[in-house]
Amino acid sequence: MLRTVYACILAAAMAIAAPASAQQKVKIGFITTLSGPAGAIGADMKNSVELALDHLNRKVGGLETEIIYGDDQFKPDVGVQVADEMMKRDKVNFVSGIIWSNVMLAVAPRVTGAGTFMIGTNAGPHELAGEMCNELFFTTSWQNDQTPEAMGKYMTDAGLNDVYIMAPNYAAGKDMLTGFKRTFKGRIVDEVYTRMGQTDYQAEISQLRAKHPKAVMVFYPGGMGIQFMKQYSEAGLRGQFPLYSVFTLDELSIPAVKHAALGQYETRIWSPDLKNPANEKYVGDYKKKYGGKLPSFYGAQSYDGIMLIDSAIRAVKGNLADKKGMIAAMSKANFNSVRGKFTYGHNHFPIENFYLLRAVAGPSAGADPVMEIQKTVFTNYKDTYGSACKMK
Amino acid sequence: MRPAPRTWVLAGLLLLLAAVPPLAAWLDQPFYLDLLRRVMIFAIAATSLNLILGYGGMVSFGHAAYLGIGAYAVGVLGFYGIHDGWLQWSVAIGASALVALAIGAVSVRTSGIYFIMITLAFTQMLYYLGISIEEYGGDDGMRLASRSQFSGLIDLADPAAFYYVVLAILALFLYLTRRLVDSRFGRALQAARSNEARARAIGFSPYPYRLAAFVISGAMCGLAGALLVNHTLYLTPEFMNWTRSGELMFMVILGGIGTTAGPLLGAAALLLLEDLLQGWSLLPKAVTEHWQLYLGVILVLVVLHAKRGLAGLIPGKNE
Amino acid sequence: MNLILIAEQTLNGLQLGVTLFLIAAGLTLVFGIMNLVNLAHGALYMVGAYLGTFFFQQTGSWPLAVALALAGSMLVGVVTEVVALRTLYERDHLDQVLATFGLILFFNELVAMLWGRAAIFSTIPEYLSGHVQIAGGLSYPLYRLVIIGIGLAVALLLWWVVARTRLGMLIRAGASNRPMVAALGVNIRLLYTVVFGFGAALAGLAGLLVGPVYSVQPGMGELILIQVFVVIVIGGIGSIRGAFAGALIVGMVDTLGRAFLKPTLATVLSPTAADAAGPALASMLIYLLMAVVLAFRPAGLFRAVR
Repeated sequence: MLRTVYACILAAAMAIAAPASAQQKVKIGFITTLSGPAGAIGADMKNSVELALDHLNRKVGGLETEIIYGDDQFKPDVGVQVADEMMKRDKVNFVSGIIWSNVMLAVAPRVTGAGTFMIGTNAGPHELAGEMCNELFFTTSWQNDQTPEAMGKYMTDAGLNDVYIMAPNYAAGKDMLTGFKRTFKGRIVDEVYTRMGQTDYQAEISQLRAKHPKAVMVFYPGGMGIQFMKQYSEAGLRGQFPLYSVFTLDELSIPAVKHAALGQYETRIWSPDLKNPANEKYVGDYKKKYGGKLPSFYGAQSYDGIMLIDSAIRAVKGNLADKKGMIAAMSKANFNSVRGKFTYGHNHFPIENFYLLRAVAGPSAGADPVMEIQKTVFTNYKDTYGSACKMK
Repeated sequence: MRPAPRTWVLAGLLLLLAAVPPLAAWLDQPFYLDLLRRVMIFAIAATSLNLILGYGGMVSFGHAAYLGIGAYAVGVLGFYGIHDGWLQWSVAIGASALVALAIGAVSVRTSGIYFIMITLAFTQMLYYLGISIEEYGGDDGMRLASRSQFSGLIDLADPAAFYYVVLAILALFLYLTRRLVDSRFGRALQAARSNEARARAIGFSPYPYRLAAFVISGAMCGLAGALLVNHTLYLTPEFMNWTRSGELMFMVILGGIGTTAGPLLGAAALLLLEDLLQGWSLLPKAVTEHWQLYLGVILVLVVLHAKRGLAGLIPGKNE
Repeated sequence: MNLILIAEQTLNGLQLGVTLFLIAAGLTLVFGIMNLVNLAHGALYMVGAYLGTFFFQQTGSWPLAVALALAGSMLVGVVTEVVALRTLYERDHLDQVLATFGLILFFNELVAMLWGRAAIFSTIPEYLSGHVQIAGGLSYPLYRLVIIGIGLAVALLLWWVVARTRLGMLIRAGASNRPMVAALGVNIRLLYTVVFGFGAALAGLAGLLVGPVYSVQPGMGELILIQVFVVIVIGGIGSIRGAFAGALIVGMVDTLGRAFLKPTLATVLSPTAADAAGPALASMLIYLLMAVVLAFRPAGLFRAVR
């Protein structure tokens, strides 16, 4: 009986979801993680997408726009299902977003294989920069290894030796430390991998202290980062061994650790204090619209994703069938990115600057620390995997 | 003997499912073919779990391990260039059976919450193992270069053909489970579940029956894993995560444990409900944004008030 | 390997063990006494962490915040028991697992609706931060010692209540023969509610204590839930003594494994092999331990309270 009810609901839903007759409208699907612990990242990306749409008067490329959000629940197979839904049921013209590399590796080939544009706004697995590159795939973020490579370069140039490096024991963790070691020429005291989702780092902190490193470099995303940073601080190590990190401290985690984050270094392609008109408008309006909060780099990249799509549609004057034209337009990166001017490599990954950021005291007493750019580490930096990409 | 209403409903469901591909093609909604195929694959996994959980009373929190093993069998063979479906699927079934035998030999001696925990422990171990093996992608997972090939007999790249293969396997497993449960083997299993002391007093030890059921169940789930990876064209150690096991358990319990139709009803209900709560444009934003809250409430309500699960709402064979 | 490091890691293991005990005690109590598998125990731990953080921010007084958070957790526990869990005592474990999992989803989203999805800032009072000099040049965070102290006090309290008080006697009697106790005129329903509330308070206490050092966010319960289940299974479900022993064992094994497994392996394997095997093995260690314990003692190390 219930099954009949479901069948009726299904039929009704199918009828309702049936697409309207073709008209000058553009549909963009945006996939991110909206539930669970990582939902905060997804919320930031969604907020930024909404802001981008506001700035474009809800008309991307001059066309009426429908944006459809999907939740990948941090699972590759759910991501694939959501992407399928967007392409087959909602008939989107662009699929964008995706935080995680493993979801991206499952979804991107699916999307490009079906002849639809995939505009990544965070994950940058090396396969997609190399052998799996595709003309329909563009990303507004970076290739995963570049950020730790920048940190490795900075720490080498700063003459730091005896560095202790740590990451969680999964693919991204290993990639981060591999990227770091590619450019870091100094001495590494120890390389430690911890359990995914580990909450208590006392044991590792004790080991670390016994080794007396000159500096510590870590990769701890999400909740793991918050826990590690708090416990590192609580153990009194902040004063003793300066902490450097990648993808660990950002505008989303600063409110949770506050002053415990002071003095920490990160490398990144963007910071809220980057000086250019597009970024000032983005950050300013984001604060106004979302209660004084600062956006994170996840959001900035997502904002750029919408702007990239906008520039492409404008270039072909709204003719969504002209995919070749849009590819050519996107390859020029001819839009006002919040990170400033950048170009695309032949593998459709950005060639851009990488900066060293530091968490410094906020504007007023009692305010949270903010990330500020200290110097430029790399100018127009290209990723290491492009040679494996056979595209022109 | 006239079949019970529940059997009619099950038969009706299978017929309805068989009608979906032409229906979807006619309405130009190919997405629903994929969605229902995913539902059926999980229904197959839930059916395998129902054998030991519903009939055998063995609450295995580690069943997702076999989804993973079946998927990795296909994935790893594909990685080395072996795409022959007969070989891949046989290895998937065989490997799962072997692992089930190993895990079962240790676990089946325990019972109750201890059984739950030890099966959970083994799954977690396999999950961490999967994450650490870098050749096969670690937790980035692996892409499947091509679907399992069946020497021209069936082309799995054709969505409708693949759909019917899954439907056929589902129907076959439902039939097999029914036969197994009604046989002497099945009765011994159920007797051991309801009163172990009495079973021993009568003179048979439940252990070999439970172990056999555990192995069969694992093998069936391994095939479901092979089907799943063909469906997603991608696999990650996530397939073996304990929360995935939990989802399988919910499908079985939600559908109605110890019933033939239960697993299918449960899989359909849970997956379609998830999809509906998140994406149905008629629902207010407050619901779709926090859909897990409503799912949680629905789950609690079903457990509290629909004691025998969804299948329990339809009269069965002995009612 | 220097002695101070080993001493420090041992203390770390003790601290982790006591933390796990605090979380496990409530769960094993509820399961042992009332035969209820409560997956939502992790949610109650999360509620305790959020309430503790919230009240400390609002009142600025840590002792007051602790008292309020404990009361709040107990209240949430009692309400949940009365509204959702009462009918589950009679049902089998499968139903309990499903219903309490539904509660996890519910509480995670509720907390996300009230405080947002991002982790919130949680801290300890000034007078509890800082370090203490233990013999031999070992400097240890004061707050961690406080956690150890409170954990041990709770263990003693539980033992005393269950073994030496009238309430404890009623609990044990109710566990072994519920109808008889009811027939003797004891209000069993009230008793169960009280016990559950108590268990919820324990979970809440654990949450508010570790919240400042861990991350306070939706879903934080699930991160420790598995470890806690491993603890009570090793220790023997329903046994407080078992929870204590199991927690210490797991805490020690996990800590020492993470600290010393890789260097130990490096003496027998090549460095690269040790680098790969060490962390992987360390992740699996507590599960291996549980499997081994269950292979020899299928019902855990200690028998239940009854």
